[in-house]
Amino acid sequence: MPLLSFTLFVFLGSFIAGLLGALTGLGGGVVLIPLLTLVFHVDMRYAIGASLISVIATSSGAAAAYVREGYSNVRIGMFLEVATTFGAMFGAFLATRAPTRALAVIFGMVLIYSAWLSRSQVEDGQDNVAINPWSDLLGMSGEYPVAGQGLVSYTVDRIPAGFATMFGAGTLSGLLGIGSGAVKVLAMDKVMRIPFKVSTTTSNFMIGVTAAASAGIYLARGYVDPGLAFPVVLGVLGGSLLGARTLVFCRVSLLRVIFAFVIAALGIEMIVNGWLGKV
Amino acid sequence: MDDARMEVIMGRLLQAGVLLAASVVLVGGVMYLMGHAGEGVSYRAFTARPIELRHPVALLGGVARGDASAILELGILLLVATPICRVIFAVIAFAMERDRLYVAISLTVLAVLLFGMLRAG
Repeated sequence: MPLLSFTLFVFLGSFIAGLLGALTGLGGGVVLIPLLTLVFHVDMRYAIGASLISVIATSSGAAAAYVREGYSNVRIGMFLEVATTFGAMFGAFLATRAPTRALAVIFGMVLIYSAWLSRSQVEDGQDNVAINPWSDLLGMSGEYPVAGQGLVSYTVDRIPAGFATMFGAGTLSGLLGIGSGAVKVLAMDKVMRIPFKVSTTTSNFMIGVTAAASAGIYLARGYVDPGLAFPVVLGVLGGSLLGARTLVFCRVSLLRVIFAFVIAALGIEMIVNGWLGKV
Repeated sequence: MDDARMEVIMGRLLQAGVLLAASVVLVGGVMYLMGHAGEGVSYRAFTARPIELRHPVALLGGVARGDASAILELGILLLVATPICRVIFAVIAFAMERDRLYVAISLTVLAVLLFGMLRAG
């Protein structure tokens, strides 16, 4: 394909991926990599490299808006980034050794799992069980604004299990070049019983640092092609910023359902293609 | 310095970094397109195209010559550096709060990031 039209189409596709990723809260990477590999016939390694760089851009670009809402917890984020950065380096190490067919199959399974996760809307609020003393010792207890109640305090539970899950989230991020926000939220919200809004905003903060940990390996291994990365990064960033602005005005429940089906279908296609060695 | 203030500054820092990096990428990208507009392109086959982090002088030389690829690479490196700056800032901010535990935690994260950038791969 001629360079100019290829770049333009990749930019448009990335823009839509970023938009949908922001609107549904699943992030751009989950649509971007199937789009690049299945539609544009980009080698999986280039797709992963471009996606990883775009993940850093969206995470950092959205940060200022998230801070304004006052939900994120910088200590929880920093503590768990120890786990995600180690995991990300491990994942990137695996990615440079695993065949792309295997990466495609693993990616497909992650897509199907993300689709399944997004089907259940999460209810908020802690029905506080026993308070874990480590929550205060590690300075991770906090307060967050709740409509009509002012500031509500919360604590953190099951820290080792959350830490281990975060290592897994980091590994997936480094292996597949995605933000793996869904797994990070899972670790905080479901495992550590941190309020959902605190989990999602803190997860966004962590995604950029996690991705930066594996970026060095990707750059050194030649996975990041500047000519491909530039329309992807600008497209995903633009789409996700627009998505974050539109989020307030539109009803996302229907979109979420449609998106979940699309992601599941893409997941199946990635697995089939990986299995047949077509990726 | 308290945690809320720290987060506001971090948010601004990240936003500024992304804005700068995206602008550089945009400039480099436009130049790259103008230089290669008529050529065909395919990413079907993988040939490693490493971006060398250990030779910043060579990269900056390319940028100074107006080489589109070098400008694109610089933009990508600025993007990767943005979250790393956030962690460096966290080390300083926790030190100002006299929170030794979190200075140590932030330094650990920073060490992993720097190792990944400079030594691994």
